[in-house]
Amino acid sequence: MGSKKNIPFNGTPEQEAKLRAVIAELKDEKGCLMPILQKAQDIYGYLPYEVQKIISDAMNVPIEKIYGIVTFYAQFSLYPKGKYKISVCLGTACYVKGSGDIYDKLIEKLGIQGGECTPDGKYSLEACRCVGACGLAPVMTINDDVYGKMTVDKIDEILAKYN
Amino acid sequence: MADINLKINGMDCKAPAGSTILQAAKYNGIDIPTLCYLKDINEIGACRICVVEVKGARSLVASCVYPINEGMEVWTNSPKVLKSRKKTLQLILSDHNKSCLSCVRSGNCELQKLCKQYGVEDENLYAGVMNESEIDGTAAHMFRDNSKCILCRRCVAVCEKCQGVAVIGANERGFKTNIGSAFEVGLAETSCVCCGQCIAVCPTGALYEKDYTDDLIAALNDPEKHVFVQTAPAVRAGLGEMFGYPIGTNVEGKMAAALRRMGFDKVFDTNFSADLTIMEEGTEFIQRVQNGGVLPMITSCSPGWIKFCEHYYPDMIPNLSTCKSPQQMFGATLKTYYAEKMGLDPKSIVSVSVMPCTAKKFEIGRPDQSAAGVPDVDISITTRELGRMIQKYGIDFCNLPDEGFDDPLGEGSGAAVIFGATGGVMEAALRTVVWKLTGEKNDSPIVFNEVRGTEGIKEATYDVAGIKVNIAVASGLANARKVLDMVKSGEKQYHFIEIMACPGGCVNGGGQPQVSAAIRNFEDIRALRAKALYSIDEANTIRFSHENESIKKVYAEFFGEPGSHKAHEILHTSYVPRVINE
Repeated sequence: MGSKKNIPFNGTPEQEAKLRAVIAELKDEKGCLMPILQKAQDIYGYLPYEVQKIISDAMNVPIEKIYGIVTFYAQFSLYPKGKYKISVCLGTACYVKGSGDIYDKLIEKLGIQGGECTPDGKYSLEACRCVGACGLAPVMTINDDVYGKMTVDKIDEILAKYN
Repeated sequence: MADINLKINGMDCKAPAGSTILQAAKYNGIDIPTLCYLKDINEIGACRICVVEVKGARSLVASCVYPINEGMEVWTNSPKVLKSRKKTLQLILSDHNKSCLSCVRSGNCELQKLCKQYGVEDENLYAGVMNESEIDGTAAHMFRDNSKCILCRRCVAVCEKCQGVAVIGANERGFKTNIGSAFEVGLAETSCVCCGQCIAVCPTGALYEKDYTDDLIAALNDPEKHVFVQTAPAVRAGLGEMFGYPIGTNVEGKMAAALRRMGFDKVFDTNFSADLTIMEEGTEFIQRVQNGGVLPMITSCSPGWIKFCEHYYPDMIPNLSTCKSPQQMFGATLKTYYAEKMGLDPKSIVSVSVMPCTAKKFEIGRPDQSAAGVPDVDISITTRELGRMIQKYGIDFCNLPDEGFDDPLGEGSGAAVIFGATGGVMEAALRTVVWKLTGEKNDSPIVFNEVRGTEGIKEATYDVAGIKVNIAVASGLANARKVLDMVKSGEKQYHFIEIMACPGGCVNGGGQPQVSAAIRNFEDIRALRAKALYSIDEANTIRFSHENESIKKVYAEFFGEPGSHKAHEILHTSYVPRVINE
C-alpha cells in the first residue's frame, strides 16, 4: 500500500501549542471540525499525519473521518508547499497552447504528482486556473515569477535558477 | 399506528404511518431493489437504484428514505423508473472490475443479480477511464479490492455505527472517491478489529475473507498429518443457507456428515471447549468475587472484542477474563490432552476450526496461544469457506444423513451451543456459577430470559447465594463502548459483562453466509439464527457445562481442577495493549 503517512514533518512545539489552543477554544461548538482543520492548516501550512493525529486524539474523532474531509476539500493539503512553488496554468488559453505537456513534463522531472512536494522540500507543483496573462500563454509561475510563452524545452533552464 | 392510504402501481394500498415508500411497497408485496440501503445502518439514498415515480414529484425519488403520505401515488415499475435503474447499473459498471467468473461473490452478488434483473445487455456501454487501485491484503483476515467497490458505503456505516471503529471511510471526491483508511495505509496498520462485519454487508466481491481452504485441502491429503476439525456453535445455524435452507435452520447433523466425507480424521465440536470455557471462566469469576479480584470481569470469547479492548480500552485489560476463547481452548486441549491420550506428536496434528468469524484468523496467530509449543489452531476457516468447500467436493449436502460428532471432544451441553447468540455465554456461565455457589441442588435455574434477545445492551441483577450479581451483556462494539464508558465513569457497577463484537453475537458473525440486503432489511437474521441454537439447547438432555461427561473426564484425567496450575498453563492467555491507528 502506498502510505501517505511519511510526508516530512518539522512541526515545532509552538505550532502544537497554537493548535491545541485552537482545539480547546472550538471543541464544543457544533461543526467545529472544519474551522479547526482550517486553522491547523494556517498554522502548519498543510495537514500531515502528525497534525491530523493530534486533532483526532484531542477531539476523539476517528482519524479516517478527518482524512476523508481533508482529501475531499481541495483547499486542504496533505503536502507542504515547497521552497519554490510551481504553478502551471491549465486554463483554457494556456491549455490549448500546450500547458498540459509542460505540467506532465514537470510531474515527470520532479517525480511528484500535482499537489505534492519533493521529499527535499524544495519544489511543490500544482495546477492553477487563469492567472490573467492569457496573452503570454502558456504560463507557468514559480513563487512570484511569471514565465510566459513556455515550452517544454525551457523547463530545465528555468528550474536551474531555483536551487 | 394508523394506516396511510396510498396507491402503488395503480392499486389501492395501506401501510403503517411513518413507513418509507420502500417499506410500504414491501408491506403490499412489492419488492423495490436497493443497493446502498441497510435498515438502521445506512440510510443515505445515494445509489439511486430504489428510485420510483411519485405523482407530483419533480423527479424520481429514492424510495428507501422517502416517507409515504396520505393519498400518495407511486409507480415502482414505470418505463421511466426501469430505464433509470438500468442506466444507474450501467454507470456503476463503467468503473467496475467485471471479472465475475472468478469473483468470490459470483452467484450471490447483489450487483450481478440486479444487472440480470434489469436486463443490462451492454455492460460496457459507458466504458472509459477507470480508477486504479491495489488490493489491500495486509490484514490477517481479509482483502479489500476497490476495483469491485460500488461506493455504497455499507461497510463504512457498519464499521462506524455498529462497531464504533471507523477505520474505513470515503476518501477523495468525485470520480476519485474511494473507500479506504486514513493516509492510505493497509488495514493491518489501523485499529481494525478484524470483525468482518464489512464483509458481511458488502453487496459485491470488494471485501472478502482470506481463504485458507487450499491449505486445508493440502493437509487433508497429507498422509503424515492427523487433521481434526472443530465447529463453532453458530456455524450450524448459518451453513444451511448456502444450500438453500431457510435462515435459522439447524444443520448440525449434515455438517458433521459433510466434514467426515471431506476426510477429517475426527469431527469434533467447539461446544466441548465452550463447556470447558464455562468451567474455567466460572471458576475465575467466583475467585475474583471471593478474593477481591478485578471486577467487572469481562468475557474473552470474541477475538474482535479482545482486539477492540486492546486498542481502545487498554486500561481495562485487567478486567478481561484470562480464559482463551473456546476455539483456542479446543486447539490447546487437542494438542495436549488428546495428543497424549492417543500417542500423537502434536507436530503431526493439523488443528482446524470452522468459525462464523473472521477475527479467528487473527486470533490463531496471537502470541501465547501455543500450549503444546505449536499453534493451538493451525487453520481457521469461516462458515462461508466451509460451504464453498462442500460445494467444491461435490457433497450432496441436503441429502446427507444426520450424523453426530466424534468422542471425546465432540460432546457439548446445551449451555455450550447458546454461546453463538448474544447473552449465551452469560447464561451458560450463570447456570454453572449459580449451581456452584448454591451447592448440589438439582433445581438450579436453566433459563435466564433477561440475557436473551437481540437488544444491543441487556442488564440484570441476580441474587446468587445471597450475593447480588449485576451483569450486563453487549453485542456490537458501539454498544460495548457505551457499557465500558458507564463502567469507567462509575455510573454502573457490574460484576460480570459479556461482550461479543458482532451485533447479535456469533450467529451474525463476519464469517457467516452473506445475506442480501433485500432480506436483511425486512428480517432479523440474528433472531432467526439464534432461535436455532436455543432449540438445540432445549432439546439437549445435558443443559449444564459441568454435567458434560467428557468435561468431567478431561479434568479427572488431565487438568485436575478448574483453575488448576495446569489449566492455567494450557487454557489461559494474556493480552497486549495496542494504540489507536498508529
